[in-house]
Amino acid sequence: MSTVEDRPTTATTGSPREGERRWIGRSVARKEDPKLLAGRATYVGDVMLPGMLYGAVLGSPHAHARIVSIDTSAAEAIPGVAAVLTGAQAAELVNPMPAFCAEPVPQTAVAIERVRYPGEAVAIVAATDRYIAEDACAAIRVEYEVLPAVVDPEAAMAADATRIHETLDSNVAFHRVLDFGDVEGDLARAHTIVRTRARWHRMCASPMETAGAVASWNPFDKSMTVYSNSNFHNFLPWAFAGMLGVSTNRMRMIPCAVGGSFGSKHFITKVLAIAGALTKATGKPVQYMEDRVDNIAANDNVGCDRIYDAELALAEDGEMLGLTLKIVDDYGAYFQFAHGQHGNAMAQPTGPYRIGSLRYDVSCVLTNKVQQGFFRGAGADPGNFVLERLVDKASEVMGIDRAEIRRRNFIAPEQFPFKTPPGNVYDSGNYAAVLDRALELAGIDDWRAEQERMRAEGRYLGIGLATCQERTGYNASEWWFLYDNPPLPATSTPESVKIDVDAMGGVRVEVGCPLWGNSPETVVSQVVAEEFGIDPADVSVTYADSTTGAMSAGPGGSRLTIMLSGATRGAARTIRDKMIRIAAHAMEMDPADVECVDGTFRAKGAPGTSMSMADIGMRAALFFHSTPEDESSGLVAVHTYDHPYSTPPSDDRKDMGAFYPMVSHACHIPIVEVDVETGLVTLRAYYAVNDCGTVMNPTLVEGQIVGGIVQGIGAALMEEYRYGEDGALDTPTFREYLMPSMHEVPEIVVEHLETPSPFTEYGVKGAGEGGRLVAPTAIASAVDDALKPLGVWVDELPMTPERVVNLVQGAGGGS
Amino acid sequence: MSEVVTPEKVRIRITVNDTAHDLLVEPRTLLADLLRGELELTGTHVGCEQGVCGACTVLVDGAATRSCLVFAAQLDGATVRTVESLAGADGTLHPIQQAFHENHGLQCGFCTPGMLMGACELLERTTAPEPDDVREALGGNLCRCTGYQNIVKSVCAAGAALATERNGQA
Repeated sequence: MSTVEDRPTTATTGSPREGERRWIGRSVARKEDPKLLAGRATYVGDVMLPGMLYGAVLGSPHAHARIVSIDTSAAEAIPGVAAVLTGAQAAELVNPMPAFCAEPVPQTAVAIERVRYPGEAVAIVAATDRYIAEDACAAIRVEYEVLPAVVDPEAAMAADATRIHETLDSNVAFHRVLDFGDVEGDLARAHTIVRTRARWHRMCASPMETAGAVASWNPFDKSMTVYSNSNFHNFLPWAFAGMLGVSTNRMRMIPCAVGGSFGSKHFITKVLAIAGALTKATGKPVQYMEDRVDNIAANDNVGCDRIYDAELALAEDGEMLGLTLKIVDDYGAYFQFAHGQHGNAMAQPTGPYRIGSLRYDVSCVLTNKVQQGFFRGAGADPGNFVLERLVDKASEVMGIDRAEIRRRNFIAPEQFPFKTPPGNVYDSGNYAAVLDRALELAGIDDWRAEQERMRAEGRYLGIGLATCQERTGYNASEWWFLYDNPPLPATSTPESVKIDVDAMGGVRVEVGCPLWGNSPETVVSQVVAEEFGIDPADVSVTYADSTTGAMSAGPGGSRLTIMLSGATRGAARTIRDKMIRIAAHAMEMDPADVECVDGTFRAKGAPGTSMSMADIGMRAALFFHSTPEDESSGLVAVHTYDHPYSTPPSDDRKDMGAFYPMVSHACHIPIVEVDVETGLVTLRAYYAVNDCGTVMNPTLVEGQIVGGIVQGIGAALMEEYRYGEDGALDTPTFREYLMPSMHEVPEIVVEHLETPSPFTEYGVKGAGEGGRLVAPTAIASAVDDALKPLGVWVDELPMTPERVVNLVQGAGGGS
Repeated sequence: MSEVVTPEKVRIRITVNDTAHDLLVEPRTLLADLLRGELELTGTHVGCEQGVCGACTVLVDGAATRSCLVFAAQLDGATVRTVESLAGADGTLHPIQQAFHENHGLQCGFCTPGMLMGACELLERTTAPEPDDVREALGGNLCRCTGYQNIVKSVCAAGAALATERNGQA
């Protein structure tokens, strides 16, 4: 296994240095915008194929039940209904949904014999329009034998609890205790140990567009074409093909514009299987789009749902020694991504601090709820919440200012690259500088004065503070590397682009990722512009379907800008070098004497001797005999950028390896006012200082951060799945599942410091998740600060008005 | 009163983006589905079908209206405007679209048509809205990407651009 020291940095690979760059670092206008603004982008729900049918799902009204019988005859008799499939019938057409878990937790898109969460599909329909399809669902008669619902995750762990899956010995699907460093020693020598029992409830990504697919089966050549808003059409198309019962080389997946994902649309196997089963049953194209209730109740991608018993051990001077985390995580009824959210959390459990040891004790528990997937933060979000809460508690208990205790424990700039106790490596950072700038930006002293003034009026103003990591550039090995004998070896989670320069010098880039709401077109155009010295507006970008062989894991884990930069730069350099050779040949010069400046290939020191991109493009395309002997025709390059730095875990799992080493950092300071009568928390202001390495495009990065912060406001104050004792989902629509609107958002001020990553091209790090990774715990800290006179301690999110009132009353405050 | 042709269909005459249509619609067909389906105007997006998210907002006789809460059969004689009516055929963006572009007022673009049409209604009333006016007008439109800050900025900037345009023409 390589060590941190072995890792070559990109400083030697010739990236343009800061100050010499023309396009990277500029707020280039977003290329994706015009089609989106004009309503001319094609989302999956906009795809219309001749003869297309529409799918609908009948979901279970019960959390847990045995399906005694299903009568579909009345539904089938409705004019316009083309197919009605029960779980057993669908299983004859498509295979169970693929999963990353090693445990036997089989899942089919349509339940067979038993339903395990409310909303789980019991039958599916295809009809000539969605109205008729839903009529048919209403006409299906299902007889259920209701079973006891398992709702409480801790109760679910009991040996005598009702079993969710008979294939497992208990509802604890996975349990593991991992010790890194001298945990017992650190606990023993601690001067102070602070503890918390924290609760992070489940939320969902709730992109404005639900998941969907249009599948079209060709029974004559056994091929299938699938339009969808999945992100994995160029990463795991073979897995989808296997599920759909199609040869991998006869499956074509076409990406669509995606109306937001935030991690929730990577896999979307269910919508693919439903559309796939229905097109196979009917021989016609079928569109299945989740409606909002389907998406909230049955999306297979809700966020973490954890109970933490956590402790932080400190020396007398406030030095953080060790951290122990005992976690019960409610995974819901299935286990598609296994414990991947804990693999993810292993990237940064000790935060920006020099904590020497870690105990990570995790139990993944199955209950009668929709299963977890990934949602912005992906498992690291509750970890940040708990760690920063412990640090605040230590500050309080030990009487050390909360900024000072952090400063004392930060990894110092000269300690990078830094290997954390579990093995992941942090590339670079200057955490104290971020903290200091945030305090300055927020004007802390003015707010403290305002707080005093308001307290005199009986009002509660609070100033929050959190300093958190944002691990970026994931390696998918995290989904399985906590297993002792992983079912799969480590991966590199690659990304590729294809660039070609046509005969007239036009530059085209084909990306393997979809348009998920981020800005791949703008990013690759900036990189191409940087490498060729042309205007990014002149670069054309298209999206590859799955038949092109593109390697792409797409956006996720805050990786896309890192990976696209690397892939695009690689392909651009290959073509640029070839163009230099062709130009040198034409101009009868040594290639070393030719340079590319402003899209022109010219003699160094004699810019009058030059060739345009079109000159070279035409020569390469048509005039093979006028190019160097060993060059083939054309200017096309595919470059696959593998994960820049990942190492496999050690066999004994004492070292999980480097898998998420581009680490951004942020300090957030929210200002809140708490109404102790109503429990309402109002954001008054919000300050964020962020360091995500080289900022590719400041406007777009700020957009990601502000958007993430607002999702974090939702996590802090309102977003929550609530279940009744019978397992019924009490939040199945946007009327109950509340998300921030314009009214809940204060002015958010964002600033950047730039500590480039030594591991990536141009020094970029990711920035997609940081807002949501930091905001919830920062706001919790602000509420604590506001209610400090009452002695309130926040250890559960979201801080709904009801919870805040209870906290105030529990603390003996309020009137 | 609309003309009932058969028990299943209702005749409506409706003008959408300056095109007159004479249609037979099912009584239960929602405006959103008529626009996206038969009229093939897929720029209007449906986010929740319950009137909460505002993504499907269009103008009906000038009023910002959730097209998922209105039956097409209610709209005999109405004039409807959708996002497709804003940009020019030559690709020129409407000043409101241009302001969203310049202020990064969108990311995934799914809520954007609803935001744009809501903004149209507001800026018809005033071209100098305060940020709070924008929040009042668009507070019922959810966006999951942007965090709203740049949407508010975009709408205010669009107002200024429209005011300049109108003054220039006057």
